[in-house]
Amino acid sequence: MSPELLNVLEVIINGLLAGVMYSLVALGFVLIYKASGIFNYAQGVMALFAALTLVGFQTGQIPFAHVINTIFGTHLETWGPGLPTFFAILLTMGVMVLFAYLVERIVLRHMVNQAPIILFMTTIGLAYFMEGFGDLMWGADIKTMDVGLPSGASTWFETMTAGWATEGSNYPGMYVDMLDVAAAGIAILLVVVLTLFSQYTKTGRALRAVADDHQAALTVGISLRTIWVIVWSIAGFVALVAGIMWGAKSGVQFSLSLIALKALPVLILGGFTSIPGAIVGGLIIGVGEKLFEYSIGGMLGGATENWFAYVLALFFLMFRPQGLFGERIIERV
Amino acid sequence: MAELTQDGRKIGDILLEVKNITLAFGGVKALTNISFDIKEGEIRAIIGPNGAGKSSMLNVISGFYHPQQGEVWFRGQKRGPMRPYEVARQGIARTFQNIALFKGMSTLDNLMTGRITQMHTNILWQALWKGPAEREEIAHREKVERIIDFLGIQAIRKTPVGRLPYGLQKRVELGRALAAEAKLLLLDEPMAGMNLEEKEDMCRFILDVNEEFGTTIALIEHDMGVVMDLSDRVVVLDYGKKLADGTPNEVRNDPAVIEAYLGVGH
Repeated sequence: MSPELLNVLEVIINGLLAGVMYSLVALGFVLIYKASGIFNYAQGVMALFAALTLVGFQTGQIPFAHVINTIFGTHLETWGPGLPTFFAILLTMGVMVLFAYLVERIVLRHMVNQAPIILFMTTIGLAYFMEGFGDLMWGADIKTMDVGLPSGASTWFETMTAGWATEGSNYPGMYVDMLDVAAAGIAILLVVVLTLFSQYTKTGRALRAVADDHQAALTVGISLRTIWVIVWSIAGFVALVAGIMWGAKSGVQFSLSLIALKALPVLILGGFTSIPGAIVGGLIIGVGEKLFEYSIGGMLGGATENWFAYVLALFFLMFRPQGLFGERIIERV
Repeated sequence: MAELTQDGRKIGDILLEVKNITLAFGGVKALTNISFDIKEGEIRAIIGPNGAGKSSMLNVISGFYHPQQGEVWFRGQKRGPMRPYEVARQGIARTFQNIALFKGMSTLDNLMTGRITQMHTNILWQALWKGPAEREEIAHREKVERIIDFLGIQAIRKTPVGRLPYGLQKRVELGRALAAEAKLLLLDEPMAGMNLEEKEDMCRFILDVNEEFGTTIALIEHDMGVVMDLSDRVVVLDYGKKLADGTPNEVRNDPAVIEAYLGVGH
């Protein structure tokens, strides 16, 4: 193969890997949107909060240390060497379940039967509350996340692909970040597990039932509140995984919550109600923006990745507003 | 004190009783001081013209509406204000006039979801899938297959119900209500919008369910003819008030009912 072709291939592979990460964030939105019709603006902040909590447990930070120090004049910071990664992750999952319970108990319960726009505004409020709360609890400084995932270039892949080039072309091989590969692997595993769970278990069926028809779900004896707690918990797990991946990549900091915005074009492409849609949408955006940057980006002065996804989404809205896999709404006039 | 009907079915004690139910939406009274009972093993019909309050009555029983006054007694106990899912867990299943199925799910999944009140393994076992959760799934799957056989809907087991024609959707909805193995089955206009053949099928199913499983059934209809053949006792509502209550024959000859349905020549 010629080096040019291999370059394009490299761009596509990296695009796919980036796309999986986008899908992961979009998945959190789809889960909550399907089950309750709420567009959860706080999904990105949930990822940030989960990542902050995980790092906090790992490093043994005392929650609200700053507040306690200010009030009592103490100098507390850590309570010990911190927890092993595995336990820290389990504990963080527990925190996300508790969070889901509190959201239902304190917020959603009072918002039943409200218009979607009001629910949306509620989640905006929730997002800003959590952002502040996370800062207060764990401090606002940038933290590094290390959960033992591999990172850096894969030399094995580099040498292997170097051999694909035509003789004497001096092709150095493809660059693939091992962290991206690990992230993609975990994301795929998560999607498979979620799909199996929702297809073949009682609770999974209940989740699908609620997503399908609230009234019918009530009549067969499904408690909507319980389901909402479960759905927000699962969205919390997805946020945790997304938080770990993005946190490991670029540090745990406020900008982590902005990855949620990248999920928007993914959702517009894939449809708000479709899990496969979120995945395919993420892949299309990932590959699309990398290819565009590689082929045309130079002519437009670069940095097209910042806006390409949104423009693509805009075109999609014109031709297929329900998204690739979304339910088409046909209304009788 | 079980009585026997002419065709030899057993009618038992009172299963559900509503006492002096009054339900208002703002200033509009949907139901005024309604009382009647449903006995174990019988087919009870609630009839009346459009807007008589039939569906409101059913919604009160199934917990979707909460009446301002009156009491609901189920199996000898007074019921506090309950949410629909709690009512379902007590053993009352229902169908809807305008069909409330899980349209994106297959017939099989709809029926399995109908059994949710009977399934008890916790979420951790389900996540593992093996062990109790698997055994439970298999046991319930067998029961669901029996209902599928009973209703003759084998051919559409895997079809998403949203794609089925109206009559079949009604049948699947009945199947889902049956799957709950409820003590009391509430059917809201089970024959609305059906053609003659489908109506006859549905009548047959209702009678068979009652006979074979001994399920108590309360159904709403505004087509008098169907109801008279089907039911043991009939309540007639009009403008939210109770007009008459009794056997089909008694009701048919009640002057107030004749007036409400046919109007009286002046």
